[in-house]
Amino acid sequence: MSRITNCATSLCALVLLSLLSGCASLGTQAAGGPGQKLDPWESWNRKVFAFNEDLDAAVLKPVSTAYSNVVPQPVRRGVQNFFSNFADAWSGINNLLQVKPANALQDFARFGTNTIFGVLGVIDVASELGLDHQYEDFGKTLQRWSVGPGAYVVWPLLGPSTVRESFALPFDRLFSPALLLNNGRAQFATVGLQLVNTRANLLGVSSMIDDIALDKYIFIRDAYLQRRGSLKLDADVSGADAADDAKSPPPKPPGAASAPTQ
Amino acid sequence: MLIQRFFRFALIGSLAWLSVSAMAQTVKGPDELVKEVSTDVLDSVKADKSIQGGDTQRIFALVDTKVMPHVDFRRMTASAVGRSWRQATPEQQKRLQDEFKILLVRTYSGALAQVKDQTVQLRPFRAAPEDKEVVVRTEVRGRGDPIQLDYRLEKMEDGWKIYDVNVLGVWLVENYRNSFAQEIGTSGIDGLIAKLAERNRAAQAAKR
Repeated sequence: MSRITNCATSLCALVLLSLLSGCASLGTQAAGGPGQKLDPWESWNRKVFAFNEDLDAAVLKPVSTAYSNVVPQPVRRGVQNFFSNFADAWSGINNLLQVKPANALQDFARFGTNTIFGVLGVIDVASELGLDHQYEDFGKTLQRWSVGPGAYVVWPLLGPSTVRESFALPFDRLFSPALLLNNGRAQFATVGLQLVNTRANLLGVSSMIDDIALDKYIFIRDAYLQRRGSLKLDADVSGADAADDAKSPPPKPPGAASAPTQ
Repeated sequence: MLIQRFFRFALIGSLAWLSVSAMAQTVKGPDELVKEVSTDVLDSVKADKSIQGGDTQRIFALVDTKVMPHVDFRRMTASAVGRSWRQATPEQQKRLQDEFKILLVRTYSGALAQVKDQTVQLRPFRAAPEDKEVVVRTEVRGRGDPIQLDYRLEKMEDGWKIYDVNVLGVWLVENYRNSFAQEIGTSGIDGLIAKLAERNRAAQAAKR
């Protein structure tokens, strides 16, 4: 039953998105920085952003603050590890889809180790063993296969996104421990806990942003676009090689360009 | 005669040795510099109870003595302000730098107050010897996931200087560009200075 509703929601989202991406090409390009160009729907986005902010201040932030004050740290850590273990499995699948077998293997090794030896992922044994996260999600997979980011969108409740990420969103969200439950109420509780856990992790960051942002909307938008690799910066440093290539005007013989110093 | 020559030789020799070792210190590699400074800062924080308690004055002093000598703050500000920087008067440039510095140090001190058992590790570093600008990537390890912390550095006459910092995938100075441009567009450079000052005062007041 719930699976059907889930599918229906994703379908609706997809239809809506294809309509939106149709509009994307019509969006006028505002003058300004690179972030500005990716934000043709700024005035609408700002309204949704303000709505999300109010909702957060009224519900999510107080609940998460209470959660992190009341629930002892080791328990919160366990909750975080449990959800993060699930994310590792999803990340492994996406690493496979992106043809990064070594990273995929590491993710699956993490998932296996933590599920078996870490009490279903509550204890992060793998990190102790030096196996680190290789986080990837479906949005990154689409990016890997050259799907452009499209315009910046702010969704009610879900927050910052782009047209591309919006297509990935239903898949990334669906892959949650709630998937394994068939009781609607339990699913709801799981998603709720996941939400509170995520927000509680961000309490420090969000209060810092309140402190240092001149315009919170722009600060979060540009940070999001940078993080998702949508903004082309003048010195792109996502890969050391790319930076080298961009910097040196006369082409150097490959291999001689950059020598490892350690 | 012979003794005199020997002394002169010894003197020149030791002078040469001294200058070589001094030079070795000034041309320290960017990765070593980052590692050294960040370890030094973390150690100071761990040893200082009042910093852990959130004593902003102490944190400011720490950042000023340990970090600022390795930062090209003029370039940082100029880069955030963008093309309007050249139209600003020297007085405006100075005020922009002062206010922006307070803003950034506040960010940094917020993070430092959280330090407990963290250590800094360098991630693999690649650069050609003739490179004038490099990126040094580090991660802060403690409890939980490692935090990505990267630095952009440029080679100056007196050594490598940091001009942008990346926290969790976001270049901080880069990130201010649009906000700054918007502020300058609506109310000019003085408007931006006023806005920064107001932001800093508000945060100062909230702390008390």
